[in-house]
Amino acid sequence: MDQSTSLTAVALSDVAITFGPKGNGYTAVSNIDLTVRAGEFVAIVGPTGSGKSTILNAAAGLLRPSAGQVSIFGAGLQGLNGRAGYLFQQDALMPWKTALDNVAVALESKNVSRREALSRAREWLARVGLAAFVDRYPHMLSGGQRKRVALAQMLIRDPEILLMDEPFGPLDAQTRQIMGNLLLSLWAADRKAVLFVTHDLEEAIALADRVVLMSAGPAARIIGDFPVLLPRPRDIAEVRLEPAFHHIHKEIWASLRVEVQKAYGLGEMAQ
Amino acid sequence: MTRVKLLILQVGVGLALLLAWHVLTVYPVFGPTKQVQFFFATPLAVLERSWSLFASGEIWGHLWITLLETILAFLIGSAGGIVFGFMFARNDLLAAVFDPYIKAANALPRVVLAPIFALWFGLGIWSKVALGFTLVFFIVFFNVYQGVREVSPVVLSNARMLGMNERQLLRHVYWPSALTWVFSSLHTSVGFALVGAVVGEYLGSSAGLGYKIHEAESVFDVTGVFAGMLILSIFVILIDVLVTMIENRFLVWRPQSSATART
Repeated sequence: MDQSTSLTAVALSDVAITFGPKGNGYTAVSNIDLTVRAGEFVAIVGPTGSGKSTILNAAAGLLRPSAGQVSIFGAGLQGLNGRAGYLFQQDALMPWKTALDNVAVALESKNVSRREALSRAREWLARVGLAAFVDRYPHMLSGGQRKRVALAQMLIRDPEILLMDEPFGPLDAQTRQIMGNLLLSLWAADRKAVLFVTHDLEEAIALADRVVLMSAGPAARIIGDFPVLLPRPRDIAEVRLEPAFHHIHKEIWASLRVEVQKAYGLGEMAQ
Repeated sequence: MTRVKLLILQVGVGLALLLAWHVLTVYPVFGPTKQVQFFFATPLAVLERSWSLFASGEIWGHLWITLLETILAFLIGSAGGIVFGFMFARNDLLAAVFDPYIKAANALPRVVLAPIFALWFGLGIWSKVALGFTLVFFIVFFNVYQGVREVSPVVLSNARMLGMNERQLLRHVYWPSALTWVFSSLHTSVGFALVGAVVGEYLGSSAGLGYKIHEAESVFDVTGVFAGMLILSIFVILIDVLVTMIENRFLVWRPQSSATART
């Protein structure tokens, strides 16, 4: 355990990302130094437009940083990050495949026989509580159920790093809690490195070992890094009632509030 | 509105039109019935003629020829449209270079090609297939092009993150997405394949429904023309039902709205 936690799964050093033409583009994030150790659950929190997802996409290899270095387990990242799984905020399932096929197809690139892929997909769908829904197409599932399928699709490949971009954002409050607990229980089984983006500070504290705070954009930076020393296993609903939770929440919110106000202030001026 | 009620109303409209046609042509409302019947025929005579065409077995051969031309035009046109649609959608340079030519070719009224095709491919079925091809090809081509271009970027990113290579992306993402668009244009493209076949036959052939209609027209046999049109309509409706069945089978994964809105 000690050895694995000392390994650095994701390291961003002095990363900047600019969209548009060189010298005249929009700089989303700059001077980002961030590390996620193996087995560590890190949440990134920040106001709207602070480039949280941009950082995630850089770690996934979906975006190439304009400056700086991304390394995965010590090796510089070239192209897509093959050791990571990505859970998108929007629906990313293939609408023309059933839940079962959506999960099974994730093993396509791993040289697994079709038969075995299907049986493992069934197992994973059962694990996320969808054993009775394997033959449904995505449009026949609720938003929460689609997220479960996406979760199974990501986890069946056994990635070493999990990247999540406000995955539970579009869901209602109860479903979010259920999904949060599901995620924690799956994660507890074999702790992967997690980079979890959210705008919900309470969700971040309830889930993570560390909360990283972003400033308002443009050229957003990391302005805080707070360890969350709440005991595990946690229950998302109950952990919010603990005094320690309130203490951390108060501490981070003091910084986050300033940035949220900045984000809104800039928005008003722009109008 | 219940199904039965709707059906009664639909049949009612048809009967009312037939009745009006019958009354106006059998009784001297607009003048001598002989003259009116020469121009408009009568519904009973048209039905009788259609029936005798089937009863004598004369029409089956013509129907088969038209069906064969339609199917060939549809299959070859779709195959061409799919191949070129994919190529152009995945290669921006190709699409940009050929853009004006494709637009020009698509803007051309196909009827003017019929004599040229007759010259090139003879008066048999292949000149009709060629005419149908020029209609079907562009419909399928544009739909596949659109389908491949408009794959959801999130679905695509997700598939990439699942480790899919180009071939797997083609099979699991681009192809099904393009196929959706092909199927959504299935009614149109099958219809145009039939138009190509019938128009081709009409302009020069020795068999097929278009030929039968043209033959009747050339001797001012209005009853024969209407009988040909009636048979053609029934033929089209049957093909359309078949297409709807195929479509429902292939697009089961789609939300209900699109499937029911069409039928």
